[in-house]
Amino acid sequence: MLIETSATGLVEVEKGVKVLPPNLIVTTLDKVINWGRLSSIWPTTFGLACCAIEMMAVGASHYDFDRFGIIFRGSPRQADCVIVAGTVTKKMVPVVRRVYDQIPEPRYVVAMGSCACTGGVFKTYSTVQGCDSFLPVDVFVPGCPPRPETLLEGMMMLQEKIRKERARWSPWR
Amino acid sequence: MAVTEVRLTLQPLGLAPNDIAEKIKEKFPTQVLEVVDFRDQVSVIVKKEQIVAILKFLHDDPLLSLDHLQDLTAVDYMKKKEIRFEVVYNLYSTRHRHRIRIRAQVPENDPKIDSAVVIWAGADWHERECYDMFGITFAGHPDLRRILMPEDWEGFPLRKDYPLKGPEFDKDWTGFTDVVKRSKELKEFEWEG
Repeated sequence: MLIETSATGLVEVEKGVKVLPPNLIVTTLDKVINWGRLSSIWPTTFGLACCAIEMMAVGASHYDFDRFGIIFRGSPRQADCVIVAGTVTKKMVPVVRRVYDQIPEPRYVVAMGSCACTGGVFKTYSTVQGCDSFLPVDVFVPGCPPRPETLLEGMMMLQEKIRKERARWSPWR
Repeated sequence: MAVTEVRLTLQPLGLAPNDIAEKIKEKFPTQVLEVVDFRDQVSVIVKKEQIVAILKFLHDDPLLSLDHLQDLTAVDYMKKKEIRFEVVYNLYSTRHRHRIRIRAQVPENDPKIDSAVVIWAGADWHERECYDMFGITFAGHPDLRRILMPEDWEGFPLRKDYPLKGPEFDKDWTGFTDVVKRSKELKEFEWEG
């Protein structure tokens, strides 16, 4: 980042970020780390039902997750985030939890669609009534399935949530 | 290389469903209980004792040649009919292009019927699903396990007396309840920014 300015001292370019030309930036560790995290959310490729089709559509070029730095990873061990896209059946619960457990910290969960949020129309013996019963969900995205814009909004809300984190990098957290 | 022309010719449409029902009646007069014609869909309701012999006849008879088991399922008629279950076979002939539905009555106190795997290998998974959902056992099936529900699931979900929302949490499938309990234990390690 090259700041063209005639000022000689520190210039506050936004709240909490000061720049000393030509290339010295003074800011807080929180800001830098949160900025890095929110700009590179890597969800694991994990789809359960029809919402997964919509999620793939958002990942494809028309809606384009990549412009938010959201890149799908094939392994939970390389990911930061799991998008629970679809109906979670009870038989699938141990698998979903294992995928989540394999993601290294810091990790985030997005419940996508009515089924993942509440069970949706499937108020039956085989379906979990909301995946928040066994996962710490950060963002609930409603819809059946959600429009691509809705999922993008949900991911942007997650980014805003990460932006507000304080000292998550610290060993005393 | 010589090119041989292969022309597929379809046989004219086969028998009317009522004629197939008549043939079954002729061959197994003691086994057929009723022939139901509902909107040109003919079902033959039979006893379960000789079901394999009936299906074998339908499969092997050259005029019928019902070689395709389209579907095998069951119906629970709890409090609607005296005999609670009916196992339904939807049969189709790829040669004659005719079809028939066979329904075999299975009582509640002895939910057991002979397996059709000896005739159609494709009946394997259908019968497993039928066992999984209704608890009807198929004698002579090579591998009668649950197919959709977890193997240690209790109860048969498509029976009419099974609660729609499933069992209470304490009595639910342990694979699910264990994960929920463990996630509660692990909650203290979660980030609460």
